[in-house]
Amino acid sequence: MAAHEILAATNAVVTLDIALPGVVWPWLVTVNMWAKSIGTGVIFMLFMLLRMHPESVKNLRLTTTIVAFISINIFLLFTLADLHQPFRMWHIFVYSSWSSAIAWGSFMASIFLGLLTLLAFLAYKKNDETFDKVLLWTAILAIPVTLYTAALMAQCTARELWQMPTEAAQMILAATLSGSAAMILIGGNKLSDEAKKTLGVVLGLSALMAFIIYMSEYIFGPMKAEEVAAVLEYIKGDGPYTVMFWLGQWMTYILPMLFILLSRANKSDSILRLAAILALVGLAIVKHVWLMIPQLLPMS
Amino acid sequence: MQLGFLVDLHLCMGCKGCEIACKVENEVPLSTWRLRVKYVDVGTFPETRRTFTPLRCNHCENAPCERICPVSALHYLENGIVNIDKERCIGCAGCVMACPYGAIYIDPQTQTADKCTYCAHRVASSMMPACVVACPVQANIFGDLEDPTSNISKYIQVHQGGVQVRKPEKGTNPHHFYVGGGNITLNPLASHRIEGHQLFNNITTLPVGGHH
Ligand code: SF4
Ligand code: SF4
Repeated sequence: MAAHEILAATNAVVTLDIALPGVVWPWLVTVNMWAKSIGTGVIFMLFMLLRMHPESVKNLRLTTTIVAFISINIFLLFTLADLHQPFRMWHIFVYSSWSSAIAWGSFMASIFLGLLTLLAFLAYKKNDETFDKVLLWTAILAIPVTLYTAALMAQCTARELWQMPTEAAQMILAATLSGSAAMILIGGNKLSDEAKKTLGVVLGLSALMAFIIYMSEYIFGPMKAEEVAAVLEYIKGDGPYTVMFWLGQWMTYILPMLFILLSRANKSDSILRLAAILALVGLAIVKHVWLMIPQLLPMS
Repeated sequence: MQLGFLVDLHLCMGCKGCEIACKVENEVPLSTWRLRVKYVDVGTFPETRRTFTPLRCNHCENAPCERICPVSALHYLENGIVNIDKERCIGCAGCVMACPYGAIYIDPQTQTADKCTYCAHRVASSMMPACVVACPVQANIFGDLEDPTSNISKYIQVHQGGVQVRKPEKGTNPHHFYVGGGNITLNPLASHRIEGHQLFNNITTLPVGGHH
């Protein structure tokens, strides 16, 4: 255990403390965040592409909406599965406490799912004009839907690692990264070269910015708070999550950035797709590590 | 009225009377605790000393658990106690993640959050919390912080600069104080946790929510 406040002179050793169990939010919450990033991210990308490259994506309205719909349902299902009293979920809507990010998130995600259902219907009916109007509001709502988890993490006063401005940036970047990656896979050959280039740029820049933020926290976080220093020890040296942390950073950020450059140089779609797959899978690993490590620290 | 606790660590002898009384009074299930007495050994043999620190919910004035609870299952009573309504709790564990003191657990029997309530049910009948009654050396002092004539207020007045709270940097403003505390007793990062160095090494904890 990293505890840089331990003095050799005191040699203090805990000899009796039954600390309450550590991991409170398990991998179910990782899936929750991961699926939500994809669900909101593809909506951002569809909105952007319809403005920048309408010809390329005019036939992707339904497929993209279905991917978003499925992702948001996975997100809600895993949220429900993580509750210890899932059949009381309705309490959130009846006894809502507006100081809680969970309450806000539940309402916004429900409305978001409603809009996605409407979009799917409109896309099925090929009512593109109304679809695009509803898509605007869906894309706007996708911003707080993807951000609320950052607010929730910030409300976890016990977990010093999760600071609000940083987590908000990471949530948005996770959405643009996974959204562009998913869109590259959804669009496939239907996408024009220009559209692929745009998605590659979004994916690469999201990866770059998210990587810079993680590295900044990794290097400078310990200089600000002792709890952050102690938590980051779990991903340093022979810490329990060191391998997983670096695997995530390479898969999600470093390799996709390199592969996107390579795909542009070689005009290769397969390398672009490989970058997209790596980013999508890697994001789950990155999120999982960041979720787990603050939970390993004894609170008492 | 603002109820609060003060533990005089000079007096505490680590008998765990409070811990057991709390378990019995509140029917706290196996492997979970509302109140624990933490032992930290200090020094190098033969110059060693054992410190004892009772740890419970601090009934924070600015409670992160109350703020994060989406259904107000955690709520303030008029006397300042941070109480929990187990019937309303949905078991999202947000409060467990938010409390900087590890004071909340998921009850494995009800699958809802639970914690020390300063024995709100006893207080409502003008009784002292069970742990206060059980303490043989009166190390636990309980009372109204807004009443300057209460025992706790007088104790704080007498000890002034020696009164501390856990993790003041979190901005939670605990209504639970310690006299005679220090970095080792109040800061979890100030001591080693060495595998196999617990007094009772066979103690197991259930995963959150119970069921091995
Ligand atoms: S100590 Fe923890 S459980 Fe108690 S009021 Fe403060 S935040 Fe809530
Ligand atoms: S577990 Fe229960 S008490 Fe805790 S935040 Fe969730 S609903 Fe509220």
